[in-house]
Amino acid sequence: MQQHWLTIVTFLPLLGAVVLLLFPASAWEAIRRTALVFSVATFALALPLVLWFDSAQAGMQFHFRQAWISAPFIQIDYQVGIDGLSLFLVLLTAFLMPVSILASWPITQRVKEFFILLLVLETGMLGVFVALDLFLFYVFWEVMLIPMYLIIGVWGHERRRYAAIKFILYTMAGSLLMLVAIIWLYSASNTFDLLRLIDARVQGTLLFSPVVERWLFLAFFVAFAIKVPLFPFHTWLPDAHVEAPTAGSVILAGVLLKMGGYGLLRFCLPLFPNAVKEFAPAISALALISILYGALVSMVQPDMKKLIAYSSVSHMGFVVLGIFAFNEIGIEGAIYIMLGHGLATGALFLIAGMLYERRHTHLIREFGGLATPLPILSTFLMIACLASLGLPPLANWAGEFLVLVGVFHASVPNAVFAALGVVFAAIYLLWMYQRVVFGETTNEKNRALPDASGRELATLVPLVVLIVFMGLASPLFTHRMEPTAKRILIPMKLSSYELAVDAKGQE
Amino acid sequence: MIVSATDLLRVLPEVVLAAFGILIMVADPFLPREQKRMLGSVAFIGALTALVATVVQAVRFDLAFGPAFNNLVVIDSFAVFLHFLLLAITALTILASFRYVEQENIAPGEYYALLLFAAIGMGLMAAANELILIFLGLETSSIATYVLAGCRRSALKSNEAAMKYFLLGSFATAFLLYGIALLFGATGTTFLPEIAARLRTDTNGTLTLMGMALLFVGLGFKVASAPFQVWVPDVYEGAPTPVTAFLSAGPKAAAFAAFLRIFFVALGPANDTWFWLIWACAILTMFVGNLGALAQTNIKRMLAYSSIAHAGYILVAFAARNELGIAAVLFYLVAYALMKLGAFSLVSHVSQGEANQSIDDYAGLHTRQPVLAACLTVFLLSLIGIPLTGGFLGKFYLFTAAVKAQLIWLVVLGVINSVLSAGYYLRVVKVMYMNEPTSQAALAPVPASLAFVLALTTLGTIYLGILPDALMQFAAPSARPLFLP
Repeated sequence: MQQHWLTIVTFLPLLGAVVLLLFPASAWEAIRRTALVFSVATFALALPLVLWFDSAQAGMQFHFRQAWISAPFIQIDYQVGIDGLSLFLVLLTAFLMPVSILASWPITQRVKEFFILLLVLETGMLGVFVALDLFLFYVFWEVMLIPMYLIIGVWGHERRRYAAIKFILYTMAGSLLMLVAIIWLYSASNTFDLLRLIDARVQGTLLFSPVVERWLFLAFFVAFAIKVPLFPFHTWLPDAHVEAPTAGSVILAGVLLKMGGYGLLRFCLPLFPNAVKEFAPAISALALISILYGALVSMVQPDMKKLIAYSSVSHMGFVVLGIFAFNEIGIEGAIYIMLGHGLATGALFLIAGMLYERRHTHLIREFGGLATPLPILSTFLMIACLASLGLPPLANWAGEFLVLVGVFHASVPNAVFAALGVVFAAIYLLWMYQRVVFGETTNEKNRALPDASGRELATLVPLVVLIVFMGLASPLFTHRMEPTAKRILIPMKLSSYELAVDAKGQE
Repeated sequence: MIVSATDLLRVLPEVVLAAFGILIMVADPFLPREQKRMLGSVAFIGALTALVATVVQAVRFDLAFGPAFNNLVVIDSFAVFLHFLLLAITALTILASFRYVEQENIAPGEYYALLLFAAIGMGLMAAANELILIFLGLETSSIATYVLAGCRRSALKSNEAAMKYFLLGSFATAFLLYGIALLFGATGTTFLPEIAARLRTDTNGTLTLMGMALLFVGLGFKVASAPFQVWVPDVYEGAPTPVTAFLSAGPKAAAFAAFLRIFFVALGPANDTWFWLIWACAILTMFVGNLGALAQTNIKRMLAYSSIAHAGYILVAFAARNELGIAAVLFYLVAYALMKLGAFSLVSHVSQGEANQSIDDYAGLHTRQPVLAACLTVFLLSLIGIPLTGGFLGKFYLFTAAVKAQLIWLVVLGVINSVLSAGYYLRVVKVMYMNEPTSQAALAPVPASLAFVLALTTLGTIYLGILPDALMQFAAPSARPLFLP
C-alpha cells in the first residue's frame, strides 16, 4: 500500500476534478465544498507520509516504479518517490491548496471551471515534486502551466490577459530548452531515470565533456531560474502575482516558485556538479542582486500585491544563495526558507486579497489606520509581515539564519550582503504595515469595513499556527532534511572528472 | 500483361475505392435531388471498406506483402501504415462534410467521388516503388484536390484557391517530372531500389544532383515546406473547410510518404548530399510557418501557417536519417492528422460555413459552446506540444530522433519555434476563454456525424498523449522497409 501512497495523493485531486465535472455549473455551493473536501482529503492523506518517513534514510522513500511508455526505441517509467527535500514540499502544496480553495469562496464567475482547474493544478504540482523520471517530471511541469494560465487569465484583475500570456511564454521558453537537455541526457545514457543518472554520474560511468556539461546545466538552470525567479529572469513575476486572483497568487508564491529551487537541488547539483561549481560565483552574484534588487524595488511599490511580489524575488534570492553555498546548512536553510516563504507570503497574499475584496484596490495609500476597523485582520497582517521579515521565532527566521550560516562558511562578503537583505525586508514590510494599519483612519471608505469572517479566519489561523510551529520546532524539519542535503552534495564532493585548470583554481 | 490475384490483393484498397468512386459517379445522375445526400454515406462505406481491405492486407501479410504489377507497387509495412492513416483521414473527412455539403449547396456526387479518387492517388503514392507511378499517384490526388478546392463554385475565394492551387501545383509537378527525367537519364531506371543500386557507385553526377534538387522542389511543394509554401495560406483559406481539413492531413501525409520513400530508398546512397537541403528547409519552414501564423487574424489562415510549421518539425526528424526518425514521422503524421482534422472540422462548424472565420468570432466560445471550446483547446495544446497530447509525444519522438543524430541545434531551433507557436495558439485559447462573446447568436447544434469526428479526434489526441505505445509499436516496424539494403 505504501508504495502506491504517493500516486494516490498525487491523483486524488484529479479525481476530484473529474467528480466536479459531473456537477451542474449552477451548484456553486456543492462544487466548492466538494473541491474543499478533496483538497483536505489530499492533505490528510499526505500527512501520514511524515509519520512513515524514515529520517535516517537518505534515499527515496515510498518509491514506486512502473513501465509507462516502452515502445521500441524509448523507455519511460512512471517513477515516483520522495526524500527529505520533496516530503515537505509535497506537504506544503497539499496544505496550501485547501487554504487557497477556502480563499476562493468569493469567486462568482465560472465557479465550476475555477475549482476544476485548481484541483488539476494541484495534481500537476504534486506530480512535479514526486516524479523521479525526467520525462514524467517534464510532463507534470508543463501540464501545470495550462491551469495556471487560465486561472490568471480568466479570473485575474484588469491586466490579466497580458500577465497570463507573459507568464506562460516565459516559463515555456525555459522549460522547452530543458526538454532539449532532457532528450540529450537520454541520448547519452539511454534512460530518463533520475536515480540511475545520478548513480552513473557518481560512479563515473556517465561523463560529459566540459562544454556539453555547461550547456546541459544552463538549459536546466534557465528553466529553474525563471521559475525561482532569479534576477534577470524575474519580470514575469510581478505581473503574474499582481494580476492573479488571490488563490492564484498564493499558489504561485507558495508552490510554483519553489519548483525552481527544488529543480536546482534535485537536478542541477547532482547531475552537473562541475558546471555548477564553475557557474557558482556568477549565480551567487545574481542571487545577491535578486535579494537586494527585490528588496529595494519593494520599498517603493505603491501597490501592496506588487510589494509582496518583489519581496518574493528577494526571499527566493536567499534560497538560491543558500543552495549555491554547497554545504548542508545552506541547503537545509534553502529548503526551510522555501517552506517558510510559502506560508508567510501565502498569508500576505491572502490578507491582500481580503482587503481587495473589501475595497477593490491594492494601493497602499487607499488604506491607513485599518487597526481601528479591522483589529483582527491587522493582527494577522502583523504576524505575516513579521514572519516574512524573519523575526524569531517564526518560520522564515530559522531558514534565513541557516542560509546565512551556510553562506558565511562559503563566502563572508556574500553573507554580509545577504544580511542587508534581511534589514531591507524589515524596512519595506514594516513601512507598508505602518502605512496600511497605523495612524488615523483617513479614508472614509475604510471606517465601516467588516473584520475577518469565520471563513477568512479558517484560512489564516492554520497558516499562522504552522508559521509559529515551524519557527519553534525547526529540528523536527531539519532532522528529516539532513540526510537528503548530505546526499545531494555527494556528487559535488566527488569530482568525477577533472574540469581543466580554471575550475581547480577556484577551489 | 496478365493481372494475377496476388496483384489485385496488393492494390485491394485502391480497387475498392475506385469501384465506389465510379459507383457514385454513375448513380449521381439517376438519383433525385433530395436523395443525393445518401451518396455521402456510400462514400463513407467505400472508405471503410477500403480500410477493411487494408486490414485484410495487414492480417494476411504473408500473401499481401511484396511487389505487384512487375514491381511498380510494393506493399510493405510502410505502405500499409500509410494506407491506414490515409483511408481513416478520408473516412473522417467524409463524415465531417455531410452537413457542410448540404449547407453550401455543393454537388454531392462529384464531391464525394473526388475525395475517393484523391484517396486512390494518395494510396498509390504510399505504395509506389517506381517514379512514374509516384507521379501518377500524385497527379491523381492533386487533380482531384484542385477541383475540390474550387467546389464552392459561386464563391470568389474558393475559385481563387482552386486557380492558385492548380497553377502552382502544376508548376511544381512539372519540376517533379523533370527531376524524374533527369534521374532516369543519370541512372537509366525509374525503379527506386535500382536507382539506389546505380547511385551506390556514383553519387555526384551532375544529372543526379539536378534530378535530386528538382524532385526536392516538387515534393517540397506538396508537403508545404518553405520556400515552396506560398500557396498554402490562400488555398487553405479559400477551400471549403472540410476540404482544407483533408488537404492539411491527407495529401501532406501522402506527399511525405513519397518524399521519404524516394529519398531513403532511391537516393539513400546520396543522403550526405541531400541532408543539408532538408536541414536548411526544416529551419526555414519552421520559422516561416510560425512567424507567418503570429500575424494572422483569420483562423483558417493561422491554421494554414501552422501546418507549414508542422511540416518543418517533420523535416527535423527527416534530417535525422535514422529509424527512430522515420517511426517518429509516421507517429507524428497520425497525431498531426488527428489534431488538424479535428481543428478544421470544428472550425467548419463554428464558422457556420465560411462566414465567421476571424479569430475574434471565437470570443467567448466557452460560454456559448463549452464542449467545442474544450475540444479546440485540446487540439491547440496538442499543436503547441503540451504534454499529455499526441502532438507532444510526436514532437518528443521527432526531437529525440534528431538529438540521437547529433542535430542539437536543429532541435533547439525547433523548441524555440514551439514557444513562438504558443504565442498564436494560446491567443485563440485566450479569446475563447477570456474574452466576452461578440455575438449571442446561438450556434447550431453539432450534427451527429461531426460530433463523432470531433469525439474521435479529441480522444485520439489525448490517447496518443498518454499511451503512445500501441501506435509506436505499429510505426516502428513500418519504418524498417526504408532502411533495407
